[in-house]
Amino acid sequence: MSTTRRSMSGNYAIAYAVKMADVDVIAAYPITPQTTIVEKLSEYVANGELDADYINVESEHSAMSACVGASLTGARVFTATSSQGLAFMHEVLFMASALRTPMVMANVNRALSAPLNIWNDHSDAMAERDSGWIQLWASSAQDALDLTIMAFKIGESERLPVMVNLDGFILSHTYEPIDLPNAEEVRKYIPSRPLTNRLSPKTAFSIGVVGPPEYYYEMKYQAVDAIEKSRSKIKDVYAEYEKIFGRGYRDVESYGIEDAEIALVTMGAMTGSARIVSEEMRAAGVKAGVISIRTFRPFPSEELLDLASGLKGIGIMDRATTPGGPSNPLFTDIASCLYGSSRVPLQGFVAGLGGRDITLDDFRMMFRETDRASKEGRGRSPIYVGLRE
Amino acid sequence: MKCARPKLKGWKEIPEGGTIVEPGSSIQFDVSAWRVSRPVIDQAKCTKCGLCWIYCPDSAIEFKDGKYEPNMLYCKGCGICQKACAPKAIIMFKEGKK
Ligand code: SF4
Ligand code: SF4
Repeated sequence: MSTTRRSMSGNYAIAYAVKMADVDVIAAYPITPQTTIVEKLSEYVANGELDADYINVESEHSAMSACVGASLTGARVFTATSSQGLAFMHEVLFMASALRTPMVMANVNRALSAPLNIWNDHSDAMAERDSGWIQLWASSAQDALDLTIMAFKIGESERLPVMVNLDGFILSHTYEPIDLPNAEEVRKYIPSRPLTNRLSPKTAFSIGVVGPPEYYYEMKYQAVDAIEKSRSKIKDVYAEYEKIFGRGYRDVESYGIEDAEIALVTMGAMTGSARIVSEEMRAAGVKAGVISIRTFRPFPSEELLDLASGLKGIGIMDRATTPGGPSNPLFTDIASCLYGSSRVPLQGFVAGLGGRDITLDDFRMMFRETDRASKEGRGRSPIYVGLRE
Repeated sequence: MKCARPKLKGWKEIPEGGTIVEPGSSIQFDVSAWRVSRPVIDQAKCTKCGLCWIYCPDSAIEFKDGKYEPNMLYCKGCGICQKACAPKAIIMFKEGKK
């Protein structure tokens, strides 16, 4: 298997992956920090490197609507957005999953207004966690490229939309050395979209019909069932990708967890810093590990239960908040998945909102607090890391 | 009039995404519960002009064996047929009353 190593930003890595996937339709609206993805793609289309229809729309709502329509015709579809753009797509996201229209969307994570903020946090994706989309999370630009390629494979086989999340600026605009897979091998891996339910004049059907009370429930359950069933496909795709391209992915990535007593759960780019500090903790005699959620939807409950069984304390980092909620999004999910099976103390943290740096010192504090929770046998209410009073 | 209620499909039987793959499937949709009054045609007064058949927005009026009759599976009881009937052969009765 031949690869080329190149220096690329996370956004360009995604655009490159989309080009290799040979998409048919791109409908997108610019928004920081996503813009350079679709800018690059429009360049590929304009100079003939990518034979795709590039639909300029007046809003993200229309972008997502155009993607649903295009997907129904059997096209391979891509779009990208961030923050307010994703929020503007909100109602159409639910249609994309329930109508079973596969597509891949890069969501370059950015804080939701107000106040207006273009920097990173996870509030945009978290607000869409109930939309029925598969959510994959990158913790490096290389992940972003690989996950985008795999997202086409997963989404098109399960007929579900897939969101690839990458942290705004931290991953989207930072240049990293990236191993580019061979374009021909990628094409072989995802040749073209398997055609089912293709809307064409010859095979006419009605889609997006009214589901009265007698039918809505059953139709909704189909979407529930579909994302449940996608679990095994996602695992297969990760395994197959490793075989062909040499880089392995797991629903839950873990570092130094085998003999760990405490672990910090992360998502996205912060995983790297957590790993560095976990090693430091180990050198200081605290058996610390890191658990990173790669597949956030469908939620990897079984894998987390497995990992939790060997731990004495878990710290959970949320880069988003649920004001007025019982806790914050990731904490709530993990607590609910462990409920009844594990009594391991959980300590919640909120950090890095609106692009605030999460420093190594912050990680040291979070590991120490998780360690304290493990010794006290219970966690305290969520700690807002670095918040000024 | 007796109506055969079609069996409701389960989630495994419904085409993926709620797609309607065959045309004319609204025939499987029983709307009779929406109705608060029902049209009754006095066949002795009916001139067979067919206006009720034309005007019914739900195509619920059927022409069978030389007679116009509403199909109560699809009639929503809007009363448009009654308004369209010049010889006043159609009377609307409240459902639940004789
Ligand atoms: S009452 Fe309305 S729906 Fe019923 S047969 Fe007359 S026109 Fe049609
Ligand atoms: S409109 Fe009245 S007269 Fe004409 S066909 Fe219908 S019931 Fe008979």
